Amino acid sequence: MSGGNYYVPDSSRYPIFAAVSLFLLVMGAGGTINGVANGSTVLYIGFATMAVTMFFWFRTVVQEHLAGLDSAQLKKSYVFGMAWFIFSEVMFFGAFFGALFYVRNFAVPWLAGEGEKGAPIAFVQEMGVDFWTGFQNTWPVIATPDAGDAYEMADKSMAFPGWSHVAEWLPLWNTIILLSSSVTVHFAHLGLKNGSRKAFNRWLGATVGLAVIFLGLQAAEYYEAYAHYGLTLNSGIYGSTFFMLTGFHGFHVFLGCCMLSVMLVRSVFFNHFETHDHFGFEAASWYWHFVDVVWVMLFFFVYII
Amino acid sequence: MSAVIENHHDDHHHGPAKGLKRWFYTTNHKDIGTLYLWFSFAMFLIGGAMAMIIRAELFQPGMQIVEPEFYNQMITLHGLIMIFGGVMPAFVGLANWLVPMMIGAPDMALPRMNNLSFWILPFAFFILLSSLFMEGGAPNFGWTFYAPLSTTYAPPSTTFFIFSVHIMGASSIMGSINVIVTIMNMRAPGMGLMKMPLFVWSWLITAYLLIAVMPVLAGAVTMMLMDIHFGTSFFNAAGGGDPVLFQHIFWFFGHPEVYIMILPAFGIVSHIIETFSRKQLFGYSSMVWAMLSIAILSFVVWAHHMFTVGMPLAAELFFMWSTMLIAVPTGVKVFNWIATMFRGSITFETPMLFACAFVVLFTLGGFSGLMLAITPADFQYHDTYFVVAHFHYVLVPGAIFSIMAAVYYWIPKWTGNMYDERLGKLHFWLSFVGVNVTFFPQHFIGLAGMPRRVPDYALQFADWNMVSTAGAFLFGFSQVFFLFIVIKTVVGGKKATAQVWEGARGLEWTVDSPAPYHTFTTPPKVS
Ligand code: HEM
Ligand SMILES: [Cu+2]
Repeated sequence: MSGGNYYVPDSSRYPIFAAVSLFLLVMGAGGTINGVANGSTVLYIGFATMAVTMFFWFRTVVQEHLAGLDSAQLKKSYVFGMAWFIFSEVMFFGAFFGALFYVRNFAVPWLAGEGEKGAPIAFVQEMGVDFWTGFQNTWPVIATPDAGDAYEMADKSMAFPGWSHVAEWLPLWNTIILLSSSVTVHFAHLGLKNGSRKAFNRWLGATVGLAVIFLGLQAAEYYEAYAHYGLTLNSGIYGSTFFMLTGFHGFHVFLGCCMLSVMLVRSVFFNHFETHDHFGFEAASWYWHFVDVVWVMLFFFVYII
Repeated sequence: MSAVIENHHDDHHHGPAKGLKRWFYTTNHKDIGTLYLWFSFAMFLIGGAMAMIIRAELFQPGMQIVEPEFYNQMITLHGLIMIFGGVMPAFVGLANWLVPMMIGAPDMALPRMNNLSFWILPFAFFILLSSLFMEGGAPNFGWTFYAPLSTTYAPPSTTFFIFSVHIMGASSIMGSINVIVTIMNMRAPGMGLMKMPLFVWSWLITAYLLIAVMPVLAGAVTMMLMDIHFGTSFFNAAGGGDPVLFQHIFWFFGHPEVYIMILPAFGIVSHIIETFSRKQLFGYSSMVWAMLSIAILSFVVWAHHMFTVGMPLAAELFFMWSTMLIAVPTGVKVFNWIATMFRGSITFETPMLFACAFVVLFTLGGFSGLMLAITPADFQYHDTYFVVAHFHYVLVPGAIFSIMAAVYYWIPKWTGNMYDERLGKLHFWLSFVGVNVTFFPQHFIGLAGMPRRVPDYALQFADWNMVSTAGAFLFGFSQVFFLFIVIKTVVGGKKATAQVWEGARGLEWTVDSPAPYHTFTTPPKVS
């Protein structure tokens, strides 16, 4: 609750610059996708202006903080703000997990003629109409209902390859890496709380390193999928859910990695963060734990079961 | 940088900056509230003009004015603009103006982000409207953008529609985070949760709903984008997906969305009825609990929009009963409003007229909702004009009347001038008659079987359609009159006192009219 004076910033140029950048970004993205002339140029300009705006905006926030303008109450606003932002991200992933749940439990069995709503399809097939006959309810769906008519059928999925191949199974390594990175980021936090900047920098550096390795392995996995498994965005619902879930997760890992790197630079080169005052880092580490939890869910629902 | 900091100290006591810079760079909740309100008014008039085109075409059976293709674009844009550009920004504008004043805070918790949330919107709607001029025309699949109409058969401009929805969503999420954080963190000392004004409560719950469902909408349009351009098959059965999956995701967002558009209205109406009945609100805590239970229930009723799509029986039954359950807390609220008026010394100034009309007509919309919630009955009503009548009753004399009521009620506080009571009353009666003449007959033609989203219809629906169109133009022109009244009040009028309304309670009535640029720089004590 409100006590004393609350810091209300002056009018600022950054928000509307950010809005214009966002506008350029999405117009550019839409233009690129639709093949409009110069679409990608607009997209790049949007990216650049957005990056510059974000840099100066965050720099201002940090400087205000260093100048002692913000109160404990404002800090609490940032804390709440970050928490609710992460909640919105949870719901975003929820949509894709929900889609996965729905296709596995309803859409695919029904398409194979099973269950209450599958009955009409079974009936049509019995009548001898060629209505996706032969489509089986299996997961991962390798053979699409249209038997590769519009969609290409993959040769292989990313599911558990059996114990004999477990050591070459990238998702397992990625799980180990990401879980360790959650531990290292926690040690970094402990280091900071104990007043050891050296420990903080080291553990944080290790975390960023693990994040980069994770992203590298993820890229390798995608390369494998496209080059050797025939598994693409175009290979039916399994490919769709697989790439969208892991892809959005990977993108969030990338964002989290950027955030942590910024914190590392701030600590190493500018000596930012105090034992009791380091919300910028804390926010990034919360985000990091969040992407970690999402990965555990992914590992379980996308790769294992 | 140090310039920014030094500036801060001497700037604080000054009024707003001069010229356009004030509006582009502002971090002031009152300025941003004003921007939101004018933006939503502009969208309301644009969306309204589209509605006039729709109604003009439906004046008589047969094709008269527009091509069917264009008619579909009007249907789609009208819905999207009214919901995302009209009603939602209006409520955010009211939240900006009122929440900090009602809780005794100097401003919103995150003022710069507040400005960003607003300025995204003009760009988002510029993109949406510009799709009208793109090859293949604007989106034409209805505001619910069901796949495969919005994927396999969609015009190329759908790509831009998707991105416009994305950034609208970003704006809503940032706006809601701001509202929640403001309410949780910036209340004046002594203002416990159960002492908060109901408008603040209603927005706390609304913001929570928004943060929960806007990302789901973003997920839905992202899957569309991927299906259209990148070969995925979320909504295509040939690849193992399902178009019905789209409907599930959409309505998981969509039903909470309809409560997003009505909860703030509940808050507004509670304040107005309390003031003009000159009595304390009846059942404050039950009002809070009712809103909370409505918000929670609204997550488990979505498939009542999909009764005819072919769901398993268990789902049909579950969604029927859960939907009906919502009528219980809604009934509690209506009861409380009436109990507040009971034995009050009531006067009927314009805000009170709108609030009373809200109670009656919103309840009517709730009743038709209950009819629609009966699964076997909905097999008959679904996708007819009866549904159109239902949601227009909850949205126009519901959400929009509450916004107008709020404008009349608080405009003296915003501008320092009283509106012209005679003109306000005239506006009310024109709108009241207009809205009922427009939408009541749609119940009849809907029950008689006229499908929605059609530019032409069978002869037996002709009479009531003609009446409906006449009402629509009456309602439409009354809103231009409303614009005139608002401008007249901004420009001048009888000076308002700080208290404005005899029976009004709340912190916003303790500051001058017009409210000074900065209010509550030191927090007031609330007992
Ligand atoms: C007691 C409360 C309510 C009940 C039981 C209810 C029930 C329903 C049902 C069953 C439908 C689907 C009809 C069909 O498509 O066949 C529906 C549609 C709709 N309702 Fe409600 N409703 C209620 C309140 C509201 C409120 C408060 C709003 C908004 C402020 C609202 C807005 C809508 C909209 C926009 C649609 C149509 C969506 C579309 O298909 O385009 N409803 N309602
Ligand atoms: Cu609904």
